[in-house]
Amino acid sequence: MNEIINNGSDWLPVVFIGLMGLAVLVYAILDGYDLGVGILLPMGEQDEPERDTMIASIGPFWDANETWLVLAVGILLIAFPSAHSLILMHLYIPVALMLVGLIMRGVAFDFRAKAAVDHKLTWDRTFKIGSLITTLTQGYMLGQYVMGFDYSVPSLLFCLLSALGVTAAYSYIGATWLVLKTEGELQTRVIRWAHRAGRAALLGVISVSIINPLVNPGVFDRWFNYPLVMFVLLIPAVCFLGFIFNDILLKRLPKDNDRHSALPFFITSAIFTLCFSGIGFSFYPYIVPGELTIWEAASARNSLQFILVGALIVIPMILLYTAFSYHVFRGKATQLDYH
Amino acid sequence: MLDTLLLSRIQFAANISFHILFPTITIALCWILVFFKLRFDFTNDPVWMRAYRFWVKVFALTFALGVVSGITMSFQFGTNWPGYMETVGNIAGPLLGYEVLTAFFLEATFLGIMLFGIKRVPSKVHTFSALMVAVGTTLSAFWILALNSWMQTPTGHEMRDGVAHAVSWVEIIFNPSFPYRLTHMLLASGLTASFFVCGISAYRILKGDLKLAPRLALKTGLIVAAILAPIQAFVGDAHGLNTFKYQPQKIAAMEGVWETEDGAPLLLFAIPNEETRSNDFAIGIPKLASLILTHDPDGKILGLNEFPNDHPPVAPMFFGFRIMVGMGILMLITAWTGCYFLYRKKTLSTTYLKWLVMMTFAGWVATLAGWYVTEIGRQPWLVTGILRTADAVTPIAPNNVALSLALYLTTYTVLMWAYIHTLKRMALKAVTVEEFETAEPRAHGNLPNVPKVKVDTSGGVA
Repeated sequence: MNEIINNGSDWLPVVFIGLMGLAVLVYAILDGYDLGVGILLPMGEQDEPERDTMIASIGPFWDANETWLVLAVGILLIAFPSAHSLILMHLYIPVALMLVGLIMRGVAFDFRAKAAVDHKLTWDRTFKIGSLITTLTQGYMLGQYVMGFDYSVPSLLFCLLSALGVTAAYSYIGATWLVLKTEGELQTRVIRWAHRAGRAALLGVISVSIINPLVNPGVFDRWFNYPLVMFVLLIPAVCFLGFIFNDILLKRLPKDNDRHSALPFFITSAIFTLCFSGIGFSFYPYIVPGELTIWEAASARNSLQFILVGALIVIPMILLYTAFSYHVFRGKATQLDYH
Repeated sequence: MLDTLLLSRIQFAANISFHILFPTITIALCWILVFFKLRFDFTNDPVWMRAYRFWVKVFALTFALGVVSGITMSFQFGTNWPGYMETVGNIAGPLLGYEVLTAFFLEATFLGIMLFGIKRVPSKVHTFSALMVAVGTTLSAFWILALNSWMQTPTGHEMRDGVAHAVSWVEIIFNPSFPYRLTHMLLASGLTASFFVCGISAYRILKGDLKLAPRLALKTGLIVAAILAPIQAFVGDAHGLNTFKYQPQKIAAMEGVWETEDGAPLLLFAIPNEETRSNDFAIGIPKLASLILTHDPDGKILGLNEFPNDHPPVAPMFFGFRIMVGMGILMLITAWTGCYFLYRKKTLSTTYLKWLVMMTFAGWVATLAGWYVTEIGRQPWLVTGILRTADAVTPIAPNNVALSLALYLTTYTVLMWAYIHTLKRMALKAVTVEEFETAEPRAHGNLPNVPKVKVDTSGGVA
């Protein structure tokens, strides 16, 4: 906190790390559910109608969802250029792999509907594999970030765990999104998936939460610092309760008149928010853990001010028309057609 | 073994070349779609809706390729060119930021409604969504070309401790080459999209499509191309004059002027030779280059000798420029001939339609050649006079870059094949599938090859 008081004028980097955090969180939730849908795609021959419905549920949104990633990386690039270079140089190969994954799934989505019937299955596989590559590499990168870009065996094992954990979490939010957007037999199926993915994600979150403070002394001090500990431990506690509540709720779904089918998705989004605040709390004000603070990495004030004015005007508009788009496509997913 | 600098340059060139192909189509194609939709709203003629429906699918596919290949770009700066953001991040950052904020979200969000929302929102809201996507794509071009032009002709900044700081954002955005480059690129997009539309429509007609929609689309494309091509020649010339003023070494390389010359010839053909610093086999029209660039047959053109070790490689510039201009002239002749046929003969011959199919991607060739000229022409600088390309590159090992480059190239090859293959599939499907065309074709202006329909010349389309 001293830095803020000492640099009283330097509130801009704080605002920008907030904006970036918002972009990453919104990305994780929104692209999270459509990546999750990709991972969950059943590949049996008889599952084609199910695949169509599942993909239809994300059709109007995936493009805008990915834009949040561009915004997040963009803010990192704009506001904290040296951190952008440092992080991306460390993560060179996983970033390239993730981009190939994103490219594969993005185009597969469009090709599957337009290609010849005999190629549709190939594109569906591409979609699934692309989604999986994306989530695994994102999880691996999160692990590397937490570990401070260390390539020892224990670190790599942690990154593997993180890759699986993030993939489980994306499947979880993808499945709960489908609970909201599907009906009938498919809904029963996705409720089962959501249930399993939820437990896997919980396992991932618990192991990351235990290992993170153990390997990072700074993180440990921050969390277990009396009297703050009484307050901040609420985050994992509420998060845990969210998992349990969702687990019980999913067991009781589907209910009559499709009651409470939207609830699991919103609870999962809340869990994502809590986990994300946990990570943010662990490392703030470092943007590269242990190496670079947001003040050291920030761009010139003049440039930050110029972009902030635009951001404050435009972001509410973005949220507004995003809400409008979700309103237009509310309700259960139906066959996607262009007319 | 190639070094990291060269590999990174190849990778950046590969990524940006692959990426630019798709926005070049979608920027203008979206405006054409807005036009189709507006015509439908005003005339209620279902044929416009059918034209819209086919092309919106092509648009969706092309747009998706543009989006995913564009995401790669936002990571490139950090992964391969850290020196770029460290030196000019204070300028480049906000411009890129405004592109994401004002353009990307606008187009991506309204795209959902444009593609899939036609039954869910009133027709006016749908047309508005298409318009927002078109505005978004154009805004995106505005910001990225502002940044690119600033890298070519930087103004409105000051250097403090080797880092660029903004002084005037108006001067940064509206830097000397920006208005020319933006107009040139938007027109290039218009030409690329119109030849794309003409080519695929001609393909459908050749494959036996008797419907009216492809003929309408073809006619729209031809007229747009016929109008834009001469404007492009004019704007291109103005852009050249602007470059002559601010980046004379680029012009010298484009024209193959090794030594400063009064009354330089316009070389039609030559093989620039970097070793002897002269041109082999040169054939030129005397004094024409001077006349074009200085409006004086004896005007002085600075030669490459004035810029020792500070000018771009000559051969790619020289040939790139000629390929671009050549394609431009070809497009102009093609569009005007087509319009003449439509006007005088009311129909287009099979030979001409086949020629249009061959010209489907003519815009891509010209656009890429033009971009290579302007980007190679900036070398050895990444930002003219501020940052050399070699100083911006990442220190990571060449093996890593080679691996990522191989990954990208493989992906792009597969995607390009899939894209063209799928376009062909879609065109063929549209020939036979009747859902697009529920009513009988009826006379609507002078359309090419409409079977057994009396052509009415009074009701034009454009």
